Amino acid sequence: MPIISVENLVRKFGKITAVDGISFEVEENTIFGFLGPNGAGKTTTINILCTLLAPTSGSASLNGHDCYRESAEVRKAIGIVFQDSSLDKDLTARENLMFHAYLYNVGKFERRQRVEDALRFAGLEDRADDLIKKFSGGMKRRLEVARGLIHRPKVLFLDEPTLGLDPQSRAGLWEFITELPVKHQVTIFMTTHYMEEAEVCDSIAIIDRGKIIASGSPQQLKKTIGGDVIYLKTADNKKAVMELKRLFDGAVSEKDGEIFLSALRGEVCIPKIIRELGDSVLSVRMQRPTLNDVFLKLTGKEIRDESAAAGDDIKEAVRSYRRRHDRG
Amino acid sequence: MIEANAVYVIVAREFKKFVREKSRLISTIARPLVWLFMVGGGMSRLVPAGGGVSYMQFIFPGILGMTILFSSIFSSISIIWDKEFGFMKEILVAPISRFSIVIGKAMSGMTISTIQALIILAFFPLLGLKIGMANFIGIILVSALLSFSLAAFGIVLASFYDSYESFSVIMNFIVMPMFFLSGAMYPVKLMPAILQVCAKINPLTYGVDALKNLIFPFEKGAMSPDFPLLFDVSIITISALIFVLIAGRAFERKG
Ligand SMILES: Nc1ncnc2c1ncn2[C@@H]1O[C@H](COP(=O)(O)OP(=O)(O)OP(=O)(O)O)[C@@H](O)[C@H]1O
Ligand SMILES: [Mg+2]
Repeated sequence: MPIISVENLVRKFGKITAVDGISFEVEENTIFGFLGPNGAGKTTTINILCTLLAPTSGSASLNGHDCYRESAEVRKAIGIVFQDSSLDKDLTARENLMFHAYLYNVGKFERRQRVEDALRFAGLEDRADDLIKKFSGGMKRRLEVARGLIHRPKVLFLDEPTLGLDPQSRAGLWEFITELPVKHQVTIFMTTHYMEEAEVCDSIAIIDRGKIIASGSPQQLKKTIGGDVIYLKTADNKKAVMELKRLFDGAVSEKDGEIFLSALRGEVCIPKIIRELGDSVLSVRMQRPTLNDVFLKLTGKEIRDESAAAGDDIKEAVRSYRRRHDRG
Repeated sequence: MIEANAVYVIVAREFKKFVREKSRLISTIARPLVWLFMVGGGMSRLVPAGGGVSYMQFIFPGILGMTILFSSIFSSISIIWDKEFGFMKEILVAPISRFSIVIGKAMSGMTISTIQALIILAFFPLLGLKIGMANFIGIILVSALLSFSLAAFGIVLASFYDSYESFSVIMNFIVMPMFFLSGAMYPVKLMPAILQVCAKINPLTYGVDALKNLIFPFEKGAMSPDFPLLFDVSIITISALIFVLIAGRAFERKG
């Protein structure tokens, strides 16, 4: 039986439909990724699942209990790291954890032990008695994750856990998160808009404007792309798109002055493209499929514009190809 | 259903923060003393003693009421801060009833206000009044009851406001009028009729009056208490219950 199941869930705020009839299930002790751009409805869905918000229609249940009607039961089974910090900045790390332990009625004998464990888990033993005010973003995030586990929840919600962290802290936090299902027998429900982070998930649902537009494992989703993606810039994109469409029948689009098309074996296609378009090609790069491409294909826009750095090697290869070609 | 662990930890948190925040403690104690000795001291020369009570002695119950009013409301208004800074969510997703949260917050206000009232009470001997042990204990009990009621009222206010800009609105348009229309500065029976109506729907009036009953029980003149002690205590108790119920409902509602 799935630990979370959501059916035809709808949530409206006045005229805005933040969540528009979504359905999905999450299996126990897996990592589930809920992906989507800003304003897609991720946080709204989490708020309904964790009993803070009533659904407009449809239903959501967690651990066999309805999230709206049996909120007391659901609350016992969940831990949450909210998108915005929910630590008390005027208390110390240890006091925040103690507060949590009392609030969840953790027994007298376990309380102290679990708080110490959580501090160690977050790597904050030596800062335990400092006020939260003095903590860095990464330290606060780690502390919040550790706090969310103190009462041994069955599901841990992480709403953009790595937002605003530097790459090093992000990597560290992921290492920490991916260990959880095995170490603590907990199901992770996380949202992010860093698509590359979602590679660690066992299953994924992609949400855009309140609707789930794709779901499956990262591998399954990437397969739907059908191979590599080639990006190119040309002197005359309109003309190039037409020619490429003829060459590859279909699947060619343009965005931000860059043409992209998918090809099963990119490295074979590139020489073909360049032969066809000749001198008008300004640059070419290729990418192995990522979840970002899945998103791009489904919506025609990038979830975040951060894919530029990849594919530099290919650009360099094309440049040297052109140099040789021009001379010859 | 009320969970003792939740009430305890909510009060403990508030208490810890109160002890840490020295400036808040100093200002909440300094304000009533300034009023007592500057306003009371000055006005005593202008206002003749009514019966056996000087004006400075007359306003002492009102000053205690002021201390309780400000610190109770301030304590509950911190809910707005908790909402703004996200901590409220940590409390709201916990498996505890909304009533526990309201009771916890009201008891936080009660604890902190009663401590401050006790500190102000330490200046009692300087006023040249004498009371017995029973009345002294009565003052503490009434202070605690009044603090609880006003803190619950503060929670009701806080549930209607979402941002801390509303703090000054609450202070200027609700808290200050409540103070002036409570019989703290002048007896209710000497107010114009319309203000008497306002005073009579003001819960603080009965708190201040109960304290007057306990501090100068035998006074009969113009400055005597306006209502019987038992009546005062009943009204405060009833208002506390009403505020707790409204606050509980306000917390229960989901967006
Ligand atoms: N309390 C609210 N009142 C009105 N509109 C809201 C409220 N909460 C969310 N919305 C709207 O619902 C939509 C979805 O918001 P939501 O916070 O769920 O997005 P999100 O996917 O979490 O985005 P982000 O990645 O930016 O966190 C947005 O258009 C937002 O403006
Ligand atoms: Mg969000």
